[in-house]
Amino acid sequence: MNRRVALAVAFVLFAIGAAWVLFVGLPRWYSARRTASVNAAASAAVPQPAGSAVRKITATLYYVSQDGMNLTPAQREVPFAAAVTEQARAIVEAQLAPAVPLVSAIPPDTKLRDVFVTERGDAFVDLSAEVSAKHPGGSLDEILTVYTIVNALTVNLPAIKRVQILVDGKEVDTLAGHVDLRHPLATSLDWVAQAAAGKSQ
Amino acid sequence: MKPLVAAFAAALCLLTVALPAQQSAALPYTVVTRDAKRPLAARTINGQEMFALDDLARLFNLTVREDAAAASLNISAGGQSVLLSTQQPLASVGGRMTSLPAAPAREGRSWYVPVDFVSRVLAAISPTKIDLRKPSRLLLVGDIRMPRVAVRVEGLGAQSRVTLDVAPPTGHAVSQEPGRVVVRFEADALDAPDLRANTTTDLVTGVHLGDTAQSVAIDVTPRFGSFRSTDQPGPAGATRIVIDVLPQTEAAPQTPQPQVPARPQTPESPPLLDLPPAGGLRTIVIDPGHGGDDTGAKGTQGTLEKTVTLAVARRLKAAIEARLGTRVLLTHDGDQTVGLDQRAAVANNNKADLFISLHASASLRPAVAGAQVFYLGLEGYGEAAQRAAQAPRDALPVLGGGTRDIEIIPWEMAQARYIDQSAGFARAVEAALRDRVPMSPRALQQAPLRVLVGVNMPAVLVEIGFLTNAPEEQQLLADDRQSALAQALIDGIMRYRAGSGGTR
Repeated sequence: MNRRVALAVAFVLFAIGAAWVLFVGLPRWYSARRTASVNAAASAAVPQPAGSAVRKITATLYYVSQDGMNLTPAQREVPFAAAVTEQARAIVEAQLAPAVPLVSAIPPDTKLRDVFVTERGDAFVDLSAEVSAKHPGGSLDEILTVYTIVNALTVNLPAIKRVQILVDGKEVDTLAGHVDLRHPLATSLDWVAQAAAGKSQ
Repeated sequence: MKPLVAAFAAALCLLTVALPAQQSAALPYTVVTRDAKRPLAARTINGQEMFALDDLARLFNLTVREDAAAASLNISAGGQSVLLSTQQPLASVGGRMTSLPAAPAREGRSWYVPVDFVSRVLAAISPTKIDLRKPSRLLLVGDIRMPRVAVRVEGLGAQSRVTLDVAPPTGHAVSQEPGRVVVRFEADALDAPDLRANTTTDLVTGVHLGDTAQSVAIDVTPRFGSFRSTDQPGPAGATRIVIDVLPQTEAAPQTPQPQVPARPQTPESPPLLDLPPAGGLRTIVIDPGHGGDDTGAKGTQGTLEKTVTLAVARRLKAAIEARLGTRVLLTHDGDQTVGLDQRAAVANNNKADLFISLHASASLRPAVAGAQVFYLGLEGYGEAAQRAAQAPRDALPVLGGGTRDIEIIPWEMAQARYIDQSAGFARAVEAALRDRVPMSPRALQQAPLRVLVGVNMPAVLVEIGFLTNAPEEQQLLADDRQSALAQALIDGIMRYRAGSGGTR
């Protein structure tokens, strides 16, 4: 009987400990980490001489190639931002915008919810649920979708080394069952067509 | 809160109270030594066949000492000893941990051990050879030559053919005696529990063990004229003896009828003995992509990826089982939702030798078509993957002293160690597919694919074609394309096995 009591006590203690970690410890740690990284990213921003209010930079964005097997880079003007996080936001928003006649690998109506960048150079891009729910599926298109976002940030912003896509604020396994999104991904030019297209594609 | 805790505690207590052991007598095994045969009682305890440890101790001169404090049994034979845990299905043999199907069971003063204890533990320390044959319930002790024999009889027009598979290959002579043809083996006995012909012909009326324990007799009818015997390498390292029994020919005994080739076509002649395949492939896991709520890609005419992948997977399973004789498991055999980790777990838990995930693709460009083969690319994973791929072995202390080297890598990175083999497998599959189905311009690719990461064996993901391409969608639904895909994947498996020497 003594043993059973000990077991029950051990179980209760474990449950209380687990509950604390889950509901108090982790949220506290996570919000602390997030604030820290946002601050770090802001302070790491490259100081720029003040220019005109509508200052733009040229960024490389990615669209599905004519043959459908690759991403084609295209030069586009996007609003300039002083902080890396803000610049990242501007680039992703430009990438999400319709660009007819170019075809984007990102499902239509996908919205950018948030971007944050850690001091290690990992960017977290939080997209709305459409990116997953409206994805047509298939390994190839999922690879193209993921590397559109990953490359658009890592190629244009040297401060960003790797990108992890979140959906509706949460980490996800995959968008449609193929590409592993549990870790930040580095640039991959495997999926970018060799012949770089000009401004008109 | 209190009643809830009390309920949990009660449930835990219930679990700790041992359920009464279910046990019953099982058919005895036969111990075969050079000079005698004797029965060895077996009983089924909690669904496991077990031997009494005392019986084994008498048989093999074992000394058994129980160490209640360490919850172990110390078993020694001829200077070597093993530690057998009394609570876990584990034994330590010379510092190496060996798993058993069940922990020992105690009944009164005696201990019972699973029958596999004999083959996995005793055989490792015994100075004499021990061979446990579960299907025929035999325990061979010492250097006993007792090949397994299985038989098939078939009528081929006027003549009849008797096929004997013998493993391991054993010297033999075929001779004619009144009313029968006798095959004598250079062996001590034959392991042929169901040596019985299921068909009789107008020339062969039966097959059974001969007058001596080392021979097989084929009973023939008075119409019997002569026989012709050939030996061939059989499946899985066995010898196949093909005996063609010919009828009497009145006028010209020297000119038999149009001869049937002695060498049968391999596909139509399945192995008679249930031996592990020679090439080292025992289990292949096929993962039909998507399923259940996750429909996968959708075709222009509404074809769902999950339907096509399941159809091809079932076809491939049947084809592999028929042609390679390898065990094939599907990660799911119906329209169920299955998690990506669970798919890998099916392969890992069944210790599969190969993993093939089948998918059908989609593209925003309707013209895109053709099959693609993927294997895992690790660039995306950074240093974690590099570390996993080169993880050193750690020496861990084991029960009973000594250490054992164990590779510790994160489970979710298991595939990191198999990238090179997976690349070889992917190349073989791609080449085989190219012979039979249209391929994508990017037919062989690496990518960080989620389902492959945790798979602890060579693994590929095959996109069999694009459902968004209307003509290809139609073709993927057609019988001939599906069987061409299954055929090509088998070819790929065989090419990989040939190229890798079948080793892991």
